[in-house]
Amino acid sequence: MPYLVRRAGHSAIMLLVVVSFVFFAGRMIGDPAIVMLGASASDTALEQLRNNLGLNDPLLMQYFRYVGGLVQGDLGVSFRYGFAQMPAERFMDGGGTPVMGLVLARLPQTLYLAAVALGGALALALVMGCLAAMYPRSWIDHLVNVLSLASVSVVQFWLGLVLIVLFAVHLGWLPTGGYGSWYHVILPALALGARPLGRVAQVTRSAMLDEMARPYVAAARAKGLPEHRIVSVHALKNAGIPVVTITGDELVQLVTGAILVETVFGWPGIGHLLVEALNNRDLPVLQGAILAVATLVIVVNLLVDITYTYLNPKVSLSSREN
Amino acid sequence: MTQKLLAKTEPDPSVVPTQNANVEGLYDEERAPKLTWKIYLRALFSDRVTLIAALFLIIMAVSALGAQFLAPFDPNQIDIMNRFMPPLSMTDAGQFHLLGTDQLGRDVLSRLMHGAQVSISIGFLGAICSGLLGITLGIIAGYKRGLFEDIVMRLVDGMQSLPSLLIALFVLFIIGGGYFNLVLVFTFLQWTVFCRMARSLTLNLRDSNFISAARVLGCTDARIMLRHILPNMVAPLMVLFTLEVAILILSEASLSFLGFGVQPPNASWGRMIASGRDHINTAWWLVTLPGLAIFLTALALNLLAGWCRAVSDPVHSSRWLTPKRKQNKQEG
Repeated sequence: MPYLVRRAGHSAIMLLVVVSFVFFAGRMIGDPAIVMLGASASDTALEQLRNNLGLNDPLLMQYFRYVGGLVQGDLGVSFRYGFAQMPAERFMDGGGTPVMGLVLARLPQTLYLAAVALGGALALALVMGCLAAMYPRSWIDHLVNVLSLASVSVVQFWLGLVLIVLFAVHLGWLPTGGYGSWYHVILPALALGARPLGRVAQVTRSAMLDEMARPYVAAARAKGLPEHRIVSVHALKNAGIPVVTITGDELVQLVTGAILVETVFGWPGIGHLLVEALNNRDLPVLQGAILAVATLVIVVNLLVDITYTYLNPKVSLSSREN
Repeated sequence: MTQKLLAKTEPDPSVVPTQNANVEGLYDEERAPKLTWKIYLRALFSDRVTLIAALFLIIMAVSALGAQFLAPFDPNQIDIMNRFMPPLSMTDAGQFHLLGTDQLGRDVLSRLMHGAQVSISIGFLGAICSGLLGITLGIIAGYKRGLFEDIVMRLVDGMQSLPSLLIALFVLFIIGGGYFNLVLVFTFLQWTVFCRMARSLTLNLRDSNFISAARVLGCTDARIMLRHILPNMVAPLMVLFTLEVAILILSEASLSFLGFGVQPPNASWGRMIASGRDHINTAWWLVTLPGLAIFLTALALNLLAGWCRAVSDPVHSSRWLTPKRKQNKQEG
């Protein structure tokens, strides 16, 4: 499959670009030794740390070492985690918490939240989109229109805060945040899932409207098939391509939206880790979290394109680009 | 995302309504432009939802532009005695706070107005800068083609497959937050959207007869691109611009929430939500109101963009542009 190979090659190049960007841009904030030890550190301590970390080597060599480490699953060592107070001594002997472990520990929670949010939104959106297409100008059609407009206009983290005010503070039905039992996931998933719900429902509706006007639907009706079967079996699969495209796009949006929603709800996912790293000025963790999310996004895009070719064999790279 | 969908539904830009008038021989140098404006205005007034959205945007724009004169209080004036006043309350000194006060006793309405100045202007500036960059590159890529196009479009494809908010976060972490850094980051992340659309529109136009005619007449490439291609894609680009402003206002809120926007004590909508978050149990209005302002502004912009698209679409425009009476007659 030359198309898939080429497509995977693009993803690999994108990943390399992100890695390079994260590495070189990260160096622009200054000497990592000073960032770690603080401006008051002595020259000997700085020099020793630079030697230990290999910071005196040429930049290009450090870059190749960084990429080599990444290939082996080494994201470096956190500046802040695992230290009670001043990290100076621990750095000297190369100790410290590996970033890889931190990222891997947080990833499942983010995937769990994203799966609940997107799964729920997708299931509901497909049903709503189909119903709206079956009954144009009915209340459900209007609801889909309003939802799709509202969903692109709302800030997700604000929606999360409003949900907290409403359901946690005033009504007291659900916890304000945290991680644990199944009901902890409801509010963050609602905040995250509102946007994909509106977008996917809207796209499903218009794709289904197109499909329902096709001759094969009339043929299926003439054959006496029940309407629900025509919609769910025949039309929905053919309406799949735009729905898959928009779902992939929304998944990318979801991953970035999760950064803020996790912060608002104190959800211990990768977004929360990222914001913590921002506040702590913990560069290796920040780089690791960004690389993890970027990898996730690139893989999702690749999967969407593969699904694409499966749904419609006519689709090739050239026809998708134009 | 949006732009992909847009590209599919976008009308052929060479048949914008104003040109239809020329073709049908109705052209009258004196009257034609006035007529189209009147038609568009009438169409706007006949559509109640869009009219409300447009009015809301005008109110927002006026209160943002005139915040210095219109705001009832100084947005940074601290009044410790009157903290956490709920909306519609009066202080002992007889000062009326329509939308209440925040954790430092500052007037929420005044802060919202000044915040509007920041949030909306960042949205507009970001969209204008990224639009200028993207449209320029897009037109040149579509018109000249060749290696330049390949490079630009590879770049666009690559950048659009990355999570832009994340990259923005990282860049801002390095160069620091603030008003102009935000605009800068938005420019370099969002130009791809304009570039993609400008290029595809240029590709549609470049083989038209009127472009060949211009070339035969000896127009330079720059003149063809500026005077012949650009004016023919104003309508779809305006729709995109409107959507983009809404997206940037939302992004600004997210980045300000994380502390990368304008620095305190200055207000922006995202910052107001961020600082109100700590008092969510006691003062709901501190979080709800700025978010509502963002929501309504973005909603109005999206509605307006949808209306612009419908009006500039030759298939649907007749429904919008001809008065109701005439339509009925035609149908009957």
